[in-house]
Amino acid sequence: MMKIHLKIWRQKNSQSKGGFKEYTLDDVHQEMSFLEMLDMLNIKLVKKAERPVEFDHDCREGICGQCGVMINGIAHGPLKNTTTCQLHMRSFNDGDTIYVEPFKASAFPLVRDLKINRSSLDNIISSGGYVSVDTGQAPEANTIPIANEIAEAAFDSAACIGCGACVASCKNSSAALFTSAKITQLELLPQGQKETRKRVVAMVNQMEEEGFGHCTNTEACEVECPEDISVLNIARMNYEYNKSKILRNK
Amino acid sequence: MLYVKNALTRKNLMALTGLFLSFFLIIHLFGNLQLLLPEEEAKLQYNWYSHLLAGNIVVKVIAIVLYICILLHTIDAIYLSLKSKKANGPRYAIDKRGRASKWYSRNMMFLGSIIFLFLIIHFKDFWYHFKFGQLPVDKNGNKDLYTLVIAAFDQLWYVILYVIAIIALGYHLLHGVFSAHRTLGLYHPLYSKIVKFLGMAYAIIMTMGYIAIPIFIYLNR
Amino acid sequence: MENHLNAKIPEGPLSEKWSNYKKEAKLVSPNNRKKLEVIVVGTGLAGASAAASLAEMGYNVKSFCFQDSPRRAHSVAAQGGVNAAKNYKNDGDSVYRMFYDTLKGGDFRSREANTYRLAECSANLIDQATAQGVPFAREYSGYLRNRSFGGVQVSRTFYARGQTGQQLLLGSYQALMRQVNTGKVNLYARHEMLDLVLIEGKAKGIIARNLDTGKMERHGAHAVVLASGGFGKIYYLSTLAMGCNASAIWRAHRKGAFMANPSWTQIHPTCLPQSGEYQSKLTLMSESLRNDGRIWVPRDKNDTRKANDIPEEERDYYLERKYPAFGNLAPRDIASRSAKEQIDEGKGVGVLKNAVYLDFSRALKEYGKDIIEERYGNLFTMYKKITGIDAYLEPMKISPAAHFSMGGLWVDYELMTTIHGLFAIGEANFSDHGANRLGANSLLQACVDGYFVLPYTLQNFLADEIKNPKTDIHHPEFDKAEEAVKNQLEEFLATKGNKTAEEFHKLLGSELYDKCGLSRSREGLEKAIENIRELRKEFKENLIVPGDASEVNSELEKAGRVADYMEIAELMCIDALQREESCGAHFRTEYQTEEGEAKRDDARFSYSSAWEWNKNPATPILNKETLIFESVTPSVRSYK
Repeated sequence: MMKIHLKIWRQKNSQSKGGFKEYTLDDVHQEMSFLEMLDMLNIKLVKKAERPVEFDHDCREGICGQCGVMINGIAHGPLKNTTTCQLHMRSFNDGDTIYVEPFKASAFPLVRDLKINRSSLDNIISSGGYVSVDTGQAPEANTIPIANEIAEAAFDSAACIGCGACVASCKNSSAALFTSAKITQLELLPQGQKETRKRVVAMVNQMEEEGFGHCTNTEACEVECPEDISVLNIARMNYEYNKSKILRNK
Repeated sequence: MLYVKNALTRKNLMALTGLFLSFFLIIHLFGNLQLLLPEEEAKLQYNWYSHLLAGNIVVKVIAIVLYICILLHTIDAIYLSLKSKKANGPRYAIDKRGRASKWYSRNMMFLGSIIFLFLIIHFKDFWYHFKFGQLPVDKNGNKDLYTLVIAAFDQLWYVILYVIAIIALGYHLLHGVFSAHRTLGLYHPLYSKIVKFLGMAYAIIMTMGYIAIPIFIYLNR
Repeated sequence: MENHLNAKIPEGPLSEKWSNYKKEAKLVSPNNRKKLEVIVVGTGLAGASAAASLAEMGYNVKSFCFQDSPRRAHSVAAQGGVNAAKNYKNDGDSVYRMFYDTLKGGDFRSREANTYRLAECSANLIDQATAQGVPFAREYSGYLRNRSFGGVQVSRTFYARGQTGQQLLLGSYQALMRQVNTGKVNLYARHEMLDLVLIEGKAKGIIARNLDTGKMERHGAHAVVLASGGFGKIYYLSTLAMGCNASAIWRAHRKGAFMANPSWTQIHPTCLPQSGEYQSKLTLMSESLRNDGRIWVPRDKNDTRKANDIPEEERDYYLERKYPAFGNLAPRDIASRSAKEQIDEGKGVGVLKNAVYLDFSRALKEYGKDIIEERYGNLFTMYKKITGIDAYLEPMKISPAAHFSMGGLWVDYELMTTIHGLFAIGEANFSDHGANRLGANSLLQACVDGYFVLPYTLQNFLADEIKNPKTDIHHPEFDKAEEAVKNQLEEFLATKGNKTAEEFHKLLGSELYDKCGLSRSREGLEKAIENIRELRKEFKENLIVPGDASEVNSELEKAGRVADYMEIAELMCIDALQREESCGAHFRTEYQTEEGEAKRDDARFSYSSAWEWNKNPATPILNKETLIFESVTPSVRSYK
């Protein structure tokens, strides 16, 4: 059993002012996940008829991408390639003080406490992050062979879970890693290549419109990405963007 | 309008101007290295070289491009910094994000500001004097910039200022050169690594080269 | 009196039923489609693919999910793969073979025609997903790669590393977002459906709560599609996401949609065991581990030695002993049940004595660490991340956990429930898997329903709706439904007891897992019903929900979901009690062979039970859909 001091960001809504509130838990188990520790805190708060800490989470196995908070100033906490839900309390010591804040960026407005709104990422996908194929149009799947290493590379980019840790870790709150991973995946595959020019311009513009910052290649996003998405995706996005601008038809 | 406001286009401009300026630094260093020749030879050689640069029409055009580059690079930096601030919104109370990146990559604006301030001093002390000031001439009839430079590097405080500025420049280049290639779209894993290595070598050579000159002059006088 | 349901199965031989249906189905012209509105609740594989496909056709779609983005629906977590009868391996696969495997895997308790259609449409899905840019595994030649999966003798499983569900979902999510961009889909994320609105007996809309603002919203349409997934989360400890719930289908049930086979839940054998009271979920480890891992428990009860200290002769490799032919690769239901037997006998391992060992030492010795790492590296890493234990050095500890609901809303061949205009697709319905689902068939069913079945069957329904105007959301039925939902929320808030919804959920879950889980008995089920009623009573009197309904309030959301679970739990027990046979995942201890295997009773129970709400969770009415097998003769499943 460990004693853990928590300083958790509490904020009623995006308009009100937020701040840290202190809590102490005496009976934290080493095998608990970080979110289960928050569950425990919340049960205690609710029993006292206080408002529990609101936080995002769903699958709790590191794949849905809904969880994500800043733990001691780092997105998803101290472990590499690990989402908040997969972080366990054995990564902390008895008596530790843990600071918990929401991901912050203008494009991620706060909902309450640690909950944020990441629909800006959906809007980027909506602007062009797809292959424009209707149901029923698809040809036989083996018509177009795709080299194993190309498919694997496409998968590496496609593994993004859309948690937003890249934005939270970026000094400019850029969504370049998120956006470029989708662009790269679809550019690598022959099915997606046809639309690359249109797609890359639309998605980059949408990223701007949502209020994300620019990329300065500090590479922090790759380090903190739970899925280890490479920053070279960003370079590829830049390449495709420049190419489409230079080669545009009209 | 979006095209101009667009950060990616802005970043391209930043990268291209930056790379041009980096290229210029090589030429500039070659010029400066002439200061390390034996005194009499250095004086004539250096003043001749300065005169050559001042008189040549091609060089004049390049100089204008250079000024424009410095200006655009600076304006872009300010624009993007403001944009970043806006994108960030409220900041973290506890921020340990620094563990994931190099300090100089996060502080390009700060390093750039030091370089910019230094440039003002640099222009005022040498370029302005050479262009518009009254300088004595050497025996070949060229303006004697050499003596002006040597006199400047004779003062310890000036050497220190110069060295600090060059170190700032060194770190700026260390991130800037490689970052510019990424911005322009170099995504190949191997070539990207090579460029990163070459960029690092370049930054170190430039820093060493520029620092060596004033220290050499200061110690040899 | 027993009512028999008509599933509206088309005429003709099995292999021609679907094409016969499509031949006869009514159409809606492109002009008219834009006058029609459809509500789709849920954005998992079924919901997103249906919403996208319908919008592509020209219908106006409103798409709802409780998550903050449609991409997070729990289809995302499926690991293994998706089956399709492509026969790329030339190993004798065919639509019929796949149909038969699925039917047999389900212990002959599914509807023949639906199962056949599932196999028939499977190949199309692979084509569609590939065209969307799903990065399936490939051979070096560039052609699609297959692997084999439990319970079948051919290789027909397509996969994208261990994240097939994620990649398929992203494909349909992107198709959905493309339609959001065209304006044909209106997306409502962080919205939870709280009631179904019926006007003159037809599903005409829903009441949804905006989870960010607490605002109640009314949405009308010409048809409502529920794609809200399964309700395995009712066991609390399960492989499902925290937010998975049954509220959408249960509230539809209370408005007249029948629930079919609610007690059939697949318990997955290879999950990480519970390590303490605080635990919130159990993580699934891919079934593929059983290819090289050997399952064992100590021979003697209460053995406290460490795994590596127990000598070979004192270990009991019980699956290899009991099922020499299939050994560690016995089907899911059998592997899970055997583990539970060992644990119940007191041979469980781990702190809570609730797990069995999955041992790789022989495989490590045989193939070397490199090969094992190549095959299962990511799973070993995941195991270490969660438990902190290096499975290369000591055996993994695994235990069974609730995973998939074979039961769900009863639907006919057209996927329409017993409410006119209300459809259910994906895991939310009951149709294709019988009493046990085969591995890699769940992703398939969700996609086939959404992409290839619903667009035809819904259109057949909508053809008669063209004349009807847009649904008026000011209709008194909407007033009534909204009022009822608001009252319920107010009740939760006003109770002011001292037990949280989560605590109730945990109690309910363990009761259900214990008595209506891997094995069931009359005595246990009757006791469970009694206890559930007690618990439900306490829930009414002793719940605590802080805050109010007009803001973000996750406790209030939980309370609503648990309230529904409290009622379904009873129905599950009633259903399990009624079925006096053992089949697939449903194992009644009274009905087993001498060797302890499931004993089916085709003479009495060859039907799907479809329960009708009767004002009270204690008195549901049983309706039956008799299962008629025209093409196959049910046989005894044997894996010895």
